[in-house]
Amino acid sequence: MSILIYAEHDNAQLKTETNKLVHAAQTVGGDVTILVAGHNCGDVAAQAQKISGVAKVLVADAEEYAHQMPENIADLVVELAADYSHVFAAATTTGKNFMPRVAALLDVAQISDIIKVESADTFVRPIYAGNAIATVQSADSKKVVTVRAAAFDAASNDGSAELEALSVVKASEKSNFVSAELTESERPELTAADVIISGGRGMQNGENFALLNGIADKLGAAIGASRAAVDAGFVPNDMQVGQTGKIVAPQLYIAVGISGAIQHLAGMKDSKVIVAINKDEEAPIFQIADYGLVGDLFEELPKLEAAL
Amino acid sequence: MKILVPVKRAIDYNVKVRVKPDNSDVDLNNVKMAINPFCEIAIEEAIRLKEKGVATEVVVVSIGEKSCQEQIRTGLALGADRGIHIETDAKLDSLQIAKLLKVIVEEESPELVILGKQAIDSDNNQTGQMLAALTGMPQGTFASKVDVSEGKVDVTREIDGGLQTVALSLPAVVTTDLRLNEPRYASLPNIMKAKRKPIDVKNAADLGVDLTSKVTLVKVTPPETRKGGVKVESVEALVDKLRNEAKVIS
Repeated sequence: MSILIYAEHDNAQLKTETNKLVHAAQTVGGDVTILVAGHNCGDVAAQAQKISGVAKVLVADAEEYAHQMPENIADLVVELAADYSHVFAAATTTGKNFMPRVAALLDVAQISDIIKVESADTFVRPIYAGNAIATVQSADSKKVVTVRAAAFDAASNDGSAELEALSVVKASEKSNFVSAELTESERPELTAADVIISGGRGMQNGENFALLNGIADKLGAAIGASRAAVDAGFVPNDMQVGQTGKIVAPQLYIAVGISGAIQHLAGMKDSKVIVAINKDEEAPIFQIADYGLVGDLFEELPKLEAAL
Repeated sequence: MKILVPVKRAIDYNVKVRVKPDNSDVDLNNVKMAINPFCEIAIEEAIRLKEKGVATEVVVVSIGEKSCQEQIRTGLALGADRGIHIETDAKLDSLQIAKLLKVIVEEESPELVILGKQAIDSDNNQTGQMLAALTGMPQGTFASKVDVSEGKVDVTREIDGGLQTVALSLPAVVTTDLRLNEPRYASLPNIMKAKRKPIDVKNAADLGVDLTSKVTLVKVTPPETRKGGVKVESVEALVDKLRNEAKVIS
């Protein structure tokens, strides 16, 4: 067995998803190789070399890979895939974008969004928005798999893999990057944070989300939101935690003014400890929260900030 | 310009999903079915492009049992011009679906194919990307804005860190995210009119595509339920629990 892992990064920082994928790959067994495709991404490759359990890091550094355009990335991965039994990428908007192309071009099925590896050909994945859990077995010669990183522990950073630079450049002329509007934040990313505090419709408006800032500062937390808060226009969509947003599993998840729709629970129910603050004691969120506090969030949040 | 919109018949999003007692699959007997919500957004986007004069024809295609003609009719009632039904009882993966759609793309030569980004049953998020790869079309996935101009389409995409815009030469594949638009409801006159619109029925077995799937569903189980914990009386009690019992804050 030999597994190729596609590194998740922004050309400067390797994302912890990659460490989690290495851990997932180790449960399959065999040699683990990481592919870093990007532009001016030498720092990322150096970080990838340190992940323990990785035999080799391949670096494809070219302008054509700067924005992870799926046409180019898929062609690159397909060319490399001959040497591997498995190709893994994180089920992020990058992995979800190019991996089905890889599978189709290799004429194999893709197994999406796995949460567990049963064996080298059998994987567990949620279906129906997490309301059912499917175990699937693939008879394809190569397994093309996207991984829900939040479901796996991260491999540590005490390795020293060898580095190999690739010169192959794939460039599609049919597709061009125009622009990106990325949300700037000093806080950790939702999918990497150990602590998340999220606000829902109960926050009443976008300004009130500032009440979460002080608490997030003290806990080193990322700030998230329910779909209700996003749809109401309080905060941008990239803050959304839930089936249609980001799937997270932090050590501590604090849900503030969130009723607990299935849609939201699907995105955070694997958190280690869940706290709910809501004035409606019948809110479904209390049925899954480890610690529930019934109260008015506008009174409780300042108290919480002061108590930390 | 012609737009092709592939749609999937799926469980209605309001229905609570139950797993069969023998753990063989989800129980879909006597369950309300509907157009997959992301596919409905795809139809709406195509209709809006037609209303703006950008598109001249919208063709809805669906693959599956005879019953999925209901969803094609819904698409016609929303404003699509005609339908194509690729009939099969086989359980197909995204790869076989994409190969069947490729046959239709070759027959119809649409300049734009708009699909939902994923179906709410299998949650795969694959078909649009696979179709793009197989047909050599560029792709704009998870679209929140679609802007067609001379020979190209600009697609604004919802990505993890924010938004990204790409320019694709036509023909191209676009997959829809939730916030692209809010689909309309079909009016009664349009529902009546849709009954007279044509649906071309093809047998999947006649299209020269290998329909055998290499993926076996071993079992389906209900998710582990998380048990509720305790209610705390005050912020002080909460912080104490988090510090000393759960030990998740210092």
